[in-house]
Amino acid sequence: MKADPKGVLTGAHFLDGDHACCEGALAAGCRFAAGYPITPSTEVVERIAARFPSVGGIFIQMEDELASSIALQGAVWGGAKAMTVTSGPGFSLMMEHIGYAAMVETPCVFVDVQRSGPSTGLPTLPAQADMMQARWGSHGDYEVIALCPNSPQECFDLTIKAFNLAEVYRVPVMMMMDECVGHMTEKVVIPKASEIHVEPRRYTTAKPEDYLPFKAEKNSAPPMVRAGDGYRFHVTGLTHDERGYPVTNAEVQDRCVRRLVDKIRANARQIIMLEESDTSDADIVVVSYGITSRVAVKAIQQAREDGYKVGHLRLVTAWPFPEKRLRTLASHVKAFIMPELNLGQMYFEMQRCVEGRAATYLLPHAGGSVHDPELIYQKIAYAARHMRVKEGKEKEAAK
Amino acid sequence: MSPTTKNPRNQYLRTDRMPHIWCPGCGLGTTINCFITAVEECGLPLDLISVVSGIGCTGRIAGYLKLDSFHTTHGRPIPFATGLKLANPKLKVVVFSGDGDLCAIGGNHFIHAARRNMDLTIICVNNFTYGMTGGQVTPTTPMEAVSSTTPYGNIEEPFNLPFLADCSGAVYVARWTTFHVRQAAKAMREAIQKNGFSFVEIISPCPTLYGRRNKLGDGLKMMQAFKDNSVVCNDADTRSVALDFRGKIACGKFVDREKTSFLDMYNTKMAERFGPFYEPYEGVK
Repeated sequence: MKADPKGVLTGAHFLDGDHACCEGALAAGCRFAAGYPITPSTEVVERIAARFPSVGGIFIQMEDELASSIALQGAVWGGAKAMTVTSGPGFSLMMEHIGYAAMVETPCVFVDVQRSGPSTGLPTLPAQADMMQARWGSHGDYEVIALCPNSPQECFDLTIKAFNLAEVYRVPVMMMMDECVGHMTEKVVIPKASEIHVEPRRYTTAKPEDYLPFKAEKNSAPPMVRAGDGYRFHVTGLTHDERGYPVTNAEVQDRCVRRLVDKIRANARQIIMLEESDTSDADIVVVSYGITSRVAVKAIQQAREDGYKVGHLRLVTAWPFPEKRLRTLASHVKAFIMPELNLGQMYFEMQRCVEGRAATYLLPHAGGSVHDPELIYQKIAYAARHMRVKEGKEKEAAK
Repeated sequence: MSPTTKNPRNQYLRTDRMPHIWCPGCGLGTTINCFITAVEECGLPLDLISVVSGIGCTGRIAGYLKLDSFHTTHGRPIPFATGLKLANPKLKVVVFSGDGDLCAIGGNHFIHAARRNMDLTIICVNNFTYGMTGGQVTPTTPMEAVSSTTPYGNIEEPFNLPFLADCSGAVYVARWTTFHVRQAAKAMREAIQKNGFSFVEIISPCPTLYGRRNKLGDGLKMMQAFKDNSVVCNDADTRSVALDFRGKIACGKFVDREKTSFLDMYNTKMAERFGPFYEPYEGVK
C-alpha cells in the first residue's frame, strides 16, 4: 500500500529529528497520538498537535504516561495507527503497557527520545540509557522491536519502518532516539506519497462465528479485528487461549508466551537492519548505534588512514539483536569495541554473542554529551596493541 | 406461548465461559443484569457497544459480556476507553471498574476524563474492598471498617465518589445499590444516552470479604441492609451523599447537566481555526 498523500509533506526540509519523527508517523498513516510533555521529546508532540487536525487525525495530551501508553492501544483496537512519545522517566511509566501491548499484540509505536538517568537525570542532554529497558522493562517473557536512528532523515524513515513492522508482527516497536538526534537539524528529504510503502493493517476475513482472535500461523501474528465490526471479541492481558479467553494453567501459558516470542525470534533475519563497512578484512570492529555511530565514523576513518584494519558495524535495529551476524564476524574479527552513552548495556549483549572468541571492549559514557572521537581512536589503538601482544605470545608458544 | 428453556439474556453473555468466578452473594451478576436491561432499552446496535474494564472482580465483567470487550490493566480502563472512543466515536464505550481500580490506582484518569468531558459511561461497582486480592482497604472503605490491611479498623477518610465525579466535571452522576435493580438499570440507560462523561456508582455487597470481616452477614442480609438503609434523594447536593459505616445510603440521580463533550469541543475549535477546509473529525478513516 502507498502512503496517503494527505499526510506526506513531500520535499526537502531542514528539520530536527523530533519534527522529522512526527512527519514519519504521518507518512506511515498514524492518525492518533497520545502524549505527555517531557524533555527532550516534547517537540514531537507539539508538531503532532499542530499537524494532526488538518490531516484527519487527532492528538490528545493525557494526564500522564501511563494514560498515554494505554490510550494509544485503545485507539489501535478502534482502528487507528497510533503512537506515543516520551523520554526516560516517562518510558519507565510506560513499561506496564509495553507488556500489555506485547501480550494482546497491539501494533503500536513508542518513541523514546533518550536522556540521561537514572530518575530525572539530565533532562536536556543525551544518553542511550534505556536500551535494556526497551528490551526487558516490562515483566514476563516477550519480544519487541527497537530501532536506532542516527539522523533526522532516519527519524523520518525509521518511524515509517517502525509502523510497518508493528503491523506485520503486532508488537510494540520502539524508536530509540536520543537528545542529540532529536534536536539536531539537518536536511530531511520526504519522498512522494507514491514512493512510500505503508503496511496496511491485516484484518481477518473470517466470519464472526469462525473467528479466533489469537489463532496465528506458525511464527506469525494473527489477523486483527477492530471494535464495532460485529465480531464481539474479547481481549485480555491475562494468559489467553486462541479465543482470547483467560486460561490459568501452565500449558496455555507456554503456548501463549512462546508464540509471542517466536514470532520475532524466528523472523529476526527479516527484521534486522545493519550497516557495515570494511568488516570483511577487519581485525577490529567498532559496533555502535544511534548518535554514537556518527561519532564512531570519524574515529574509524582516522584509524584506517593510520593503517589499522578497522571495520564498523552499525545496529539500525537494536532489538532483536543481530546475534548471528556477530557470531559470524567473531570467526575472523579479533576485537570488538562498543562505545555507548551508558555504562554498559548493549555491550553485554555483544559480549554474549562473541562467546569469548574475540576480545571485547566497552567504551562507556555516562551521558550528557557524546564520545570524543579521539577516545574511540585510542581504544582502537589499544585493542590493536593487545592483539599484537597476544599474537606474539601465541607465536612464542608455538615455537 | 411455548415455554423457553434458554435464558433470553444468554445472547448477551459468553455462556461458554460459565460458570463465572464470582462468589455467591456478589453484586456483580445483578450489575450485569441491570446493564443488559439498560442496553436493551437504549436500542443501540450491540455491535457498536464496547466494554472496557480494569483489573479485579469488577474487571472480569468484560470477559463475560458478549460484546467487544477489553480487559485492560489495573486502573487504566478509562484511558484505554478514551483512545477507543476517539479512534471511533460511533462506538458507545462503557467502562466497568471497581472502587480500587477506579479511584485508587486509576483515580487520576477518572478525574481527568471527567474534566475533559470525554464521552464515556463509567459504571463503578463499589463494594468497599479489593475482592480479588482478599479484602484489603480501598479509598472508599468507610472509617472504622475492618479489612485485611486495616485489621484494627480503617483510619482514612473515604472518597465520596459522586462528589468527586461532580466536582471533576461529570455531566451525569447517579448512585444506586444492587437492591435497586430497576433504578440502577434506568440510571445506566440514561448514562449511556448522555453525550459526555457519565458516572453511575453501584453499591454492591461483598459478603465473602467485606461483609464477613465486618459482621454484616451473608449476601441476603447485606441486601436487606441496602433496602433498609437507603434513602432516595434525587438532585441532592453531592457534598451531602458521603457514605459511612453502617449508615444511610443516599441514592438517586444527583447530576444531569448539559456540557459540550471533548470531541464536540475539538471539532468546534478546529472548524473555527481551519474554516471551511476543516472536515469534522468523526474517527480515523
